[in-house]
Amino acid sequence: MVGIALYIVFFLTVVSIYAIIVMGLNLQWGYTGLFNAGVVGFFAIGAYGTAILSGPDNVRLIGGFELPYFIGVIGGILIAAAAGLIVALATLKLREEYLAIATFGISISIQLVALNFASLTGGANGLVGLPRPFYQFFTEPSVYSVFFLCLVLVFAAVVYVALERAVRSPWGRVLRAIREDVTAARSLGKNPTMIRLQSFVLGSAIMGLAGGLYVGFIGFVSPIDFLPILTFQIWAMLIVGGSGNNRGAVLGCLIVWGLWTASGYVISNLVPPGFQSRAGALQAMLIGSVIVLTLLFRPRGLIGEEDVISTHAGASATPALQADAAEKG
Amino acid sequence: MSAHILQIANLTAGYQPGLPIIRDVSMHVSKGEMVTIIGPNGAGKSTLIKAVAGLLNVEDGRVELSGSDITRISTHKMADAALAYVPQTDNIFASLTVDENLKLGAQALPKATARERVEEAYEKFPDLRKFSRRKAGVLSGGQRQMLAVGRALLTHPEIVMLDEPSAGLSPKMVDDVFAQLVALVKSGVAILMVEQNAKAAMRISDRTYVLAEGRNRLDGASDALLEDPQVTQIYLGRAGRKQ
Repeated sequence: MVGIALYIVFFLTVVSIYAIIVMGLNLQWGYTGLFNAGVVGFFAIGAYGTAILSGPDNVRLIGGFELPYFIGVIGGILIAAAAGLIVALATLKLREEYLAIATFGISISIQLVALNFASLTGGANGLVGLPRPFYQFFTEPSVYSVFFLCLVLVFAAVVYVALERAVRSPWGRVLRAIREDVTAARSLGKNPTMIRLQSFVLGSAIMGLAGGLYVGFIGFVSPIDFLPILTFQIWAMLIVGGSGNNRGAVLGCLIVWGLWTASGYVISNLVPPGFQSRAGALQAMLIGSVIVLTLLFRPRGLIGEEDVISTHAGASATPALQADAAEKG
Repeated sequence: MSAHILQIANLTAGYQPGLPIIRDVSMHVSKGEMVTIIGPNGAGKSTLIKAVAGLLNVEDGRVELSGSDITRISTHKMADAALAYVPQTDNIFASLTVDENLKLGAQALPKATARERVEEAYEKFPDLRKFSRRKAGVLSGGQRQMLAVGRALLTHPEIVMLDEPSAGLSPKMVDDVFAQLVALVKSGVAILMVEQNAKAAMRISDRTYVLAEGRNRLDGASDALLEDPQVTQIYLGRAGRKQ
């Protein structure tokens, strides 16, 4: 029973970390229409940034600055934001599909750097012995797991509330206008390049935060954690939950990661050991099928974009609603 | 200083450097005047208006707004320069509400002023008020044009440039939209519009420019040009090259 409870804690911690990434992607794609197919790259940069800054000193490595964990996380966020800025400056003028190809290529490059720049990243072995926040205050690992889940939930809640405020502000309104039609937005005095840049960098920083939390969660980092399949999973979460809605992003994360985990459990218990690696492909097929079914039956996702998002839209609409009400008698 | 609100002098522009679509085009618009640009397909009408709006590469020539050079100003800075541009299609944000669409146009203004201006737009275009909390995508073609024009007016521009405001509208809606444009001009706003619906546009405008193959062909009072057989000939592609 305790084992199941601990597994649920583990599962929810992963979901919460991934939910942060999905919310970052939702800002970029759901609200701004930026097709970032390199999500995992920014997640990896945040993770490695945190690991290099806060990891233990090692004579064979460039990093290992032994900074406090949260300084490492902030550093990881800033490095991911800087990477987002560089990528955005290079790619944001590209059309949707080309932006996707470019960002996908960049994320593969990031993973290859993680794999081959061994003196910085530890290569295939990764970086180990990384600090876990407040770990020294706990004697029971299980209690620490619960604490860490709470910590990640707090970060996820802060990201959620901040993004909700942002997308409901006039700035959020401009994001959606740019997503809809760049020329029309430009004709209204908006600078789409600047706004898209802001959205891309902020989204990348949020993914970097998730990377930093992931490092604190597992205590090591290696290239195997940042395979392109994760980008696919994150996109699946957003599509299933409903892009353009942060609640949808979180729900999609819970459902898709739940399906992924459950299918993994079934495969590991029912499929003979010799076939398990091949049967793992069924998981990707399952998620692919869920995406197809979602697009067929609920193209806007389980919780699609709200009809009225801007909280500032209410003021002058009031007379109109009154007129509506009067009409209806 | 130019006496006109908008002065376009010898403008050469296109979509790619070295491949101009319009060549050496000149025209002007005065305060409270409605000017229409007509011409056969491919004449460069929309290209001209996009070039003036800063969306295209200007190779040569000059555009002045109330005497100030705006030739190479970015489109997003045009709104500050008292010039509003309404694109031909997709000129509203369908997934945003009507109210959000209007507020986007007033976002740069102080809050209280923005609120007043949005209210002004509702008064000018009462149909929009009924749909204020609904997504703009549910509006009819005519209402969409009203929304696009209403939004463009929020910053109180001196001149509004419209790219084919009657495109895709039923004859009844065209009449409604044109009636609103006439009312706007009466309120002192100048209008420069590109129109395929040549006769209907000429009937409501003060002056007309006829473009063909990217160059000025004819211009004058709209009433006079309506009767001018050369206009028909240009549309049929005969007189254009020799003029």
